[in-house]
Amino acid sequence: MTASNKTNDFVIKLANVNGTGSASANGLLMKSIFRMGIPVTGKNFFPSNIQGLPTWYEIRVSKDGYLCRSGRIDLMIAMNAETYDDDLASLSPGGYLLYDSTWPRKNLSQRTDVTVLGIPLSSMCNEAFESARAKVLMKNVAYVGALVALLNIDMEVVKTLLEETFGTKPHLMDANMQAIGMGYDYAKEHFSCPLPLTLESMDKTAGHVLVDGNTTAGLGAVYAGATVTSWYPITPSTSLIDAFSIFCKQLRVDPDTGENNYCVIQAEDELAAIGMVLGANWNGARAFTATSGPGVSLMSEFLGLAYYAEIPAVLYDVQRVSPSTGMPTRTQQCDIISAAYASHGDTKHVLLFPADPLDCFHMSQQAFDLAEQLQTPVIVLTDLDIGMNDWMIPEIKWDDSYVPSRGKVYDANDLKEMDAFYRYLDVDGDAIPYRTLPGVDAKGAYFVRGSGHNKYGGYTEKSDEYKDVVDRLRRKFDTAANMVPQPIIQTERNTPANKDWAIVSIGSCDGAIREARDRLNAQGVANLDYMRLQAFPFNEQVKSFIDQYEQIFVVEQNRDAQLRQLLSVELEIDPALLVPLLSYDGMPVSSDFIVEAVTAQIKKGQAA
Amino acid sequence: MSFIKPKITHPGLPRNDIGLSIRDYEGALSTLCAGCGHDSISTAIMQAYFELSLEPHRVAKVSGIGCSSKTPTYFLGGAHGFNSVHGRMPSIATGANAGNRELQYIGVSGDGDSLSIGLGQFAHAIRRNINMIYLIENNGVYGLTKGQFSASADKGSTAKKGEANPYSPIDPVLLAISLGCTFVGRGFSGDKAHLVPLIKSAITHSGFALLDIISPCVTFNDHEGSTKSYAHTRAHMRETVYADFTSQHEEIVSQVSPGEYKKITMHDGSQVGFKRVDEQYDPTDRLAALTYIEEHRAKGEVVTGLLYLEESTSDMHDTLGTSKQAMSTLPYEKLNPGAKALERIQNRWR
Repeated sequence: MTASNKTNDFVIKLANVNGTGSASANGLLMKSIFRMGIPVTGKNFFPSNIQGLPTWYEIRVSKDGYLCRSGRIDLMIAMNAETYDDDLASLSPGGYLLYDSTWPRKNLSQRTDVTVLGIPLSSMCNEAFESARAKVLMKNVAYVGALVALLNIDMEVVKTLLEETFGTKPHLMDANMQAIGMGYDYAKEHFSCPLPLTLESMDKTAGHVLVDGNTTAGLGAVYAGATVTSWYPITPSTSLIDAFSIFCKQLRVDPDTGENNYCVIQAEDELAAIGMVLGANWNGARAFTATSGPGVSLMSEFLGLAYYAEIPAVLYDVQRVSPSTGMPTRTQQCDIISAAYASHGDTKHVLLFPADPLDCFHMSQQAFDLAEQLQTPVIVLTDLDIGMNDWMIPEIKWDDSYVPSRGKVYDANDLKEMDAFYRYLDVDGDAIPYRTLPGVDAKGAYFVRGSGHNKYGGYTEKSDEYKDVVDRLRRKFDTAANMVPQPIIQTERNTPANKDWAIVSIGSCDGAIREARDRLNAQGVANLDYMRLQAFPFNEQVKSFIDQYEQIFVVEQNRDAQLRQLLSVELEIDPALLVPLLSYDGMPVSSDFIVEAVTAQIKKGQAA
Repeated sequence: MSFIKPKITHPGLPRNDIGLSIRDYEGALSTLCAGCGHDSISTAIMQAYFELSLEPHRVAKVSGIGCSSKTPTYFLGGAHGFNSVHGRMPSIATGANAGNRELQYIGVSGDGDSLSIGLGQFAHAIRRNINMIYLIENNGVYGLTKGQFSASADKGSTAKKGEANPYSPIDPVLLAISLGCTFVGRGFSGDKAHLVPLIKSAITHSGFALLDIISPCVTFNDHEGSTKSYAHTRAHMRETVYADFTSQHEEIVSQVSPGEYKKITMHDGSQVGFKRVDEQYDPTDRLAALTYIEEHRAKGEVVTGLLYLEESTSDMHDTLGTSKQAMSTLPYEKLNPGAKALERIQNRWR
């Protein structure tokens, strides 16, 4: 790639030490680019640690709007002595490395295919600032200043952003501007600015926002009318509940009474968290919890009860690297099987697969509606990449005519007209029974139980009565398959579709797949049709898409090809037709990975 | 199995203030062993709700797993019930209460359900001061799995086949008081006359009310050598405080003269009177109560009565500042911030 076409199309990686205040400087950098109208995303690779371990932030600038990891690194800001060697090695040929030359390092000149830029950030800041904390913090702001010169960032945009942040604290504003100026001046004086990696203002971010998926999921739950949440802190789901709580404080305090029209309970563990969610939903309040893989394991017993006793519940699983504790701050799609079949016995759950923060918002309403319509838990399978990284998404539109769909609930009037109420009768032939809420009418009273029950809601140990209920539950899943969001299918536009191959995937793989398809097409390797699943259970449309192709690439982010297993088992597809493309190192899947893997598979196919 | 009882109401049966007879507070026929202490407790529960004239459908019954947890089927058939998973009833109760604070909650649990598998949730429900009554039907034994010791079995107490329990017991009363529980009582399933006012007082309490009720297991733990048998409990029971309950509308009608009572006014204006059988005991003094119960426990005595009470406390909703109206009945218009608010929020994300 030549220097000239790197305008608005490159990757900056910032290597920092955790707890040194780099996050706000890196956010400032990314937001400045966004405000210049250039599509941008940021991915945070942080340690499970509070202070001292290495942390990276990767900013991709893409004039074409590709928002996944590309696999390239064009500019490395190497601020962590511990990781200098690895950071240098990971730089793409032709790239640039900026480091703190207060301590000159010889090994940085070992690579002849990269350009090293040294700025004495520490000594500059040590001279300019008094407090120990400012000396550390301002180093980060100073390298942003240098990048303003090196990348041609609009200084006015940076100033405005700092004013928005520190408007009420003039001394902080001054210190930040001073540090920006120091870095800027040094770069102007010592290097040829700008570098061939240049930014030019565009108009491609209008109508868009930069936000992470945990924030939009939490906000989506507010708009869905959720009133109760119970949770236990676990990375990377904690910020979802934080978002719900913060938005509730802003939006749900009754203006007349000052009372909270929401209830947030930090539980003693995940078992209690899901228990409280079931208790609240049993009573007719929309309630949810958020957790990650280890929490799903702990919640499994209650999820089985909710499935069998038919209690609505919404659970966000923000997936992280497993098994066991795994790597809590790295991303994976590794709970597909454990979520789909959570709990012992013949148990299945409805899953939703958001692909980005926009989906996280809208799928929140879908999840609550489906949970109450189907009277069963709905698990929103998001992940750390979606949940904790900043994505550029179209502005969220809200339709004020939305009315929550509360499903089949008999109220006091319905009950008055009935001779008797029985909880688990298939009145409408869709395998979804009617429920009643506690406190409404004695005629609606019934006993929720996880033990064997018959269609009347009574305890049973009779084989035929037991089978009658579990067979209806299986049919209810058929109903669910036609109610959940349909898959999104993209077929090739310009060239005849290649009917030999197609891609099937879910969730956060979407960005990388879209870019990879364009690249594979441009390279003349293949024109791949693509189906992104939005939900489990799979419906007929999923099956008929897959049936059109000789072979399917199933792209997912786990070791054991869990989506492939689920497709194969649930749709009775020959596993040999489903070729797994698996990225599971904890980093969000890159377009490079998919391009290389698809190319290798197709070559192998052609050679055979 | 639960069997529906024939519904025949004698016209002469007494009616309460809302025109219901005791039959309206019954549930399905019990399937527990004949003579089980738990059935006596169910009867006392029905009597308490009947006497308080509470509508059955405004009560929600929750339980875990075990013999005790089956019993909510056997009383208040007009109330919704939730038989959850083992040891996790407190979380169901907490969530249910969060969703609808307007109902009256009764949780029924056992010594295995609350003191072994469910000890954590039990403790945290007390900590949050969930407004509910919580009954531990305590028999010191796992009945449904045929007679293993539970965590409340006394050290040295013997199993049916003679083996002695090697571990010290967990006493739910001492535990609850030390955790800050605001209403703690202990009763005996064989003493219904005392149990009914105790349950009525617990129902009226605003906050978490624990009743530990010794309830002998006639099949696995009613033999000589057991410290949870009928005979042993009767011989070693020390009635310390006799609770007498009066609603806000009633006079105290009792054999004991009013002078012997210490009266405490509950949040709804009704009164609980204590007759101090032991003059030295003060059920509002937490430290003294703990010491007294511990001393008598060391002597092998089971102290019964309303052992600790702290009125005017904050329950979970008071602490969280939630709306007086039940979450479940808040109209969606009050919950939807609207499109304009969403635009404002998104302006921060640019």
